[in-house]
Amino acid sequence: MTRVLGWLAALGLLAGVAAGFGYAPREAIQGNVQRIMYLHVPSVLTAYLAFGLVLLGSIAYLATRRPGWDRLAASAAEIGVLFTAITIVSGSIWGKPTWGTWWTWDARLTSTAILLLVYVGYLMLRGLVDDAEARGRYAAVVGILGAVNIPIVHFSVKWWRALHQPSTILGPGPSPIDPAIGLALLVNWIAFTLLFAYFLARRIEIARLEET
Amino acid sequence: MTYVRRAWIVFQKDLLIERRSKEQTNALLFFCLVLLFLFQFALGPDRDRLAAALPGLLWLGFILAGLLALGRSFLAERENDCWEGLRLTPGDKSAIYLGKLAGNCVLMAAVELVLVVLFGVFYNVDLWTPAAPLALVLALGTLGLASVGTLFAAMTTQARARELLFPVLLLPVQVPVLLATVSATQALLLGQPLADVAHWLKLLAGADCVYVTIGILTFEFVLEA
Repeated sequence: MTRVLGWLAALGLLAGVAAGFGYAPREAIQGNVQRIMYLHVPSVLTAYLAFGLVLLGSIAYLATRRPGWDRLAASAAEIGVLFTAITIVSGSIWGKPTWGTWWTWDARLTSTAILLLVYVGYLMLRGLVDDAEARGRYAAVVGILGAVNIPIVHFSVKWWRALHQPSTILGPGPSPIDPAIGLALLVNWIAFTLLFAYFLARRIEIARLEET
Repeated sequence: MTYVRRAWIVFQKDLLIERRSKEQTNALLFFCLVLLFLFQFALGPDRDRLAAALPGLLWLGFILAGLLALGRSFLAERENDCWEGLRLTPGDKSAIYLGKLAGNCVLMAAVELVLVVLFGVFYNVDLWTPAAPLALVLALGTLGLASVGTLFAAMTTQARARELLFPVLLLPVQVPVLLATVSATQALLLGQPLADVAHWLKLLAGADCVYVTIGILTFEFVLEA
């Protein structure tokens, strides 16, 4: 089952590369640099999915005390941190030619960086508590607080400053994205979600083996 | 024993320990004084630059002092199995959280009062005119810092490398509180009316409500075993 998921993810990624480089047209103003979007946007969406699962796993662990929920939260957090890091690095590489700087204290960049720090803290806490049962409880509390804190961070940083373009896909009104670009994005998003599911399944398996 | 009374007893116990030992208050006050010198040395004698950086420095001072003070919230309970005593308390454990939180707020308020006065004197800024709105910002910010700090301190006390883990865990979560309080303090020091910073105050109040609620709901899981 996991293996099938892995092959599906690999196929999806191949299709994603083909769609991103072959099918999607060259962006008129930014040129080929824009193609980083096919990595950047699916990564951040996957990271959000991962942190959503951390919240779910955390609440469910505190309610049921089944170690499986804790393994889900821990595994999702680890992969979420990975995808957040990919988001920030790919955004940086895109930002250098486009904005002229690797990093700027824009609202979205800042809140994504804070997100990364919160969940790195979560993983550090897991590493520093020896008792497995206590580790699950503490991590769950941080997982819940971290997720609930996301909207508060979002608004505070947004009022603080803004340079990143507003969300194009989720914004109101008809999407201004070229359908070909949109399709390439969709293919990549599905591929990343499959990849995430594969990583998650593998990581949970490893976590279970580690405990026995 | 009612809920409020249980919280009150924890609060009173912490204050009594602090009053008799004066362990934290003395060290924290001295720490604040040292901070003032450090800030001055870091920024140089330029008065304008200091004035511009003041709101940030003020809150940096509170947060650094808060990290030291809050991180020690449950250290006393580690000795003589007092942790067991807390756990064996009958009824809802969140009363203990509220008592601890109240104690931490009082301690932080005392430190902040001294730090504000020291800032006013050493950096020659008028903190008296906007004192009332400033006090509101301080109160909301302190509650935000202390509510998460108290909850996390209870966890990190049981972990390895707790002095390191506590700030690493607390600071990223506290970014909204820092942004809101620094922005509001800055506006108030520039003489803007309280209405101009209403959105920051609402954000702070909302964040405080969320943090305290999560603290009350999850504290029993932290205290277990």
